[in-house]
Amino acid sequence: MRGEEYSPQKIASIVQADLERSGQFRGNALNQAMDELTRPDFSVLKQKGDEALLTGSISKLADGRYDVRFRLWDLVRGQDLGGQSYATPVADLRLIAHRISDFIYEKLTGEKGIFSTRIAYVTKLGGRFSLWVADADGENAQAALTSPEPIISPNWSPSGHELAYVSFEARKPVVYVHDVASGKRRVVANFKGNNSSPAWSPDGRSLAVTLSRDGGSQIYLIPAQGGDPRRLTQTTSIDTEPIFYPDGSALYFVSDRGGSPQIYRMPTMGGPAQRVTFSGTYNISPAISPDGRWMAYISRINGQFKLHVMDLKSETTQFITDTGPDERPSFSPNGRLIVYSTLLQGREALMTSTVDGRIKARLAGQNGDIREPHWGPFLKH
Amino acid sequence: MNKTLITLTLAALLAACSSPVKLNEVPVEEKAGVALAAPSEQAPPPPARSAVAGIDARPLTGVAPGPEGVTKVIYFDYDSFVIKSEFQSVIEKHAAYIKQDSKRRIALEGHTDERGGREYNLALGQKRSEAVRKALNLLGVSDAQMEAVSFGKEKPAVQGNSEEAFAKNRRAEIAYK
Repeated sequence: MRGEEYSPQKIASIVQADLERSGQFRGNALNQAMDELTRPDFSVLKQKGDEALLTGSISKLADGRYDVRFRLWDLVRGQDLGGQSYATPVADLRLIAHRISDFIYEKLTGEKGIFSTRIAYVTKLGGRFSLWVADADGENAQAALTSPEPIISPNWSPSGHELAYVSFEARKPVVYVHDVASGKRRVVANFKGNNSSPAWSPDGRSLAVTLSRDGGSQIYLIPAQGGDPRRLTQTTSIDTEPIFYPDGSALYFVSDRGGSPQIYRMPTMGGPAQRVTFSGTYNISPAISPDGRWMAYISRINGQFKLHVMDLKSETTQFITDTGPDERPSFSPNGRLIVYSTLLQGREALMTSTVDGRIKARLAGQNGDIREPHWGPFLKH
Repeated sequence: MNKTLITLTLAALLAACSSPVKLNEVPVEEKAGVALAAPSEQAPPPPARSAVAGIDARPLTGVAPGPEGVTKVIYFDYDSFVIKSEFQSVIEKHAAYIKQDSKRRIALEGHTDERGGREYNLALGQKRSEAVRKALNLLGVSDAQMEAVSFGKEKPAVQGNSEEAFAKNRRAEIAYK
């Protein structure tokens, strides 16, 4: 793009990295600079086998913002696929690059891109824990909370504006809901004993949580503003890690009522639970794809904790990583990618994988051990 | 279009300005409830949409002593939530101490070794702290003076993944408030 070497963010390389991480694109950088008004020489570019071309420019405006313009060309049909222009503060330049990736992804695949979504994750460094909000590529992380005590289980609200999480700063697990932009937060569950594993309902009105207030760990539904919990499970075993099926009609959760931790499904309004996992003696941490088709989860096989994916219709499963131990999978909002934490060279790190396991990428992140990712929703803008 | 990789060419950048643009990095500050603000030059640029306001949690203070010379840590076997007989006298001494003063408050903090998922281990740790709570309760300690909680695998006493480290982390701790 014209002007990019003076820009604080390298728009074209961010776009290339985004699209390659999706597993559906291969990018080449041209050494020739072309802005959004230049018409490309289709015959020359097509000969190299390229199918699409991104051109553009970036310049600084008088009020300190940046003017970013781009155009996408279909080289195969010789067509202008359109473009956009943005006036943006410098702090949002990466976001604009991700919006460009989304535009390209949607024009060329017909599906919604996830590149301007955000991921929350937790780091542990020295004796301190931090909850970060980062771009979907792991970059541009900003801390929502730092604490001398652990933070686990961040979970984005359907609006993308709030994060529920468990913080141990009171020397016990308490569930908070935190408005990311303002830093205002409220306690939604601090009953006697443990309060953990928050999961937003798809309508954003309630949270499923695990509470030990009645003795063991059981699943309850609580209003998102806080209030009286309604108990959903009625066992003397451990019932935890609830998550909603995308239409809100059912909860998937972990229970050891059968003697070992397995994944079950029950109607949200209460009712008998059906077991979902039958292979192995330890299946936990379910995540459901937005189209309701896939379940990602962690299964212990030969002592190793590995990310698995189950086709919920056929109930066939496969493991998709060759690292481990894997933890806490979370789907991207277009259902195409899974983010999870694993151990790489002795450090906890975040990876994304396509649902079939073919294309994987390590996410950039903060220093320290990185864990507990959760992928945020599409934002309305 | 889904099966084949789409190849995309990205045109490189041309120099547009003759003078380099000053980098305007926004430092991340962690003040409670304060939105991040960029240093202003002439007219302040419009606020960024991706702003995240940070909170810094302070450590809790206030720990009271327990009975002198009595350990506050009870260890458990793998996959077990049963208090071994060797800890029975420890529990009895704590029960006696707590019952001396109805204002005494304790938290029972359950822990696991580092194998397995965080939330499931939180629940397993809870079974350990619950076991100690029940044992104290049987000896006459009031529930109003106790709270059983868990840290799961989040606060190991010993780092590492040897059997020795695992054994030192499977525990319940009695914390006087």
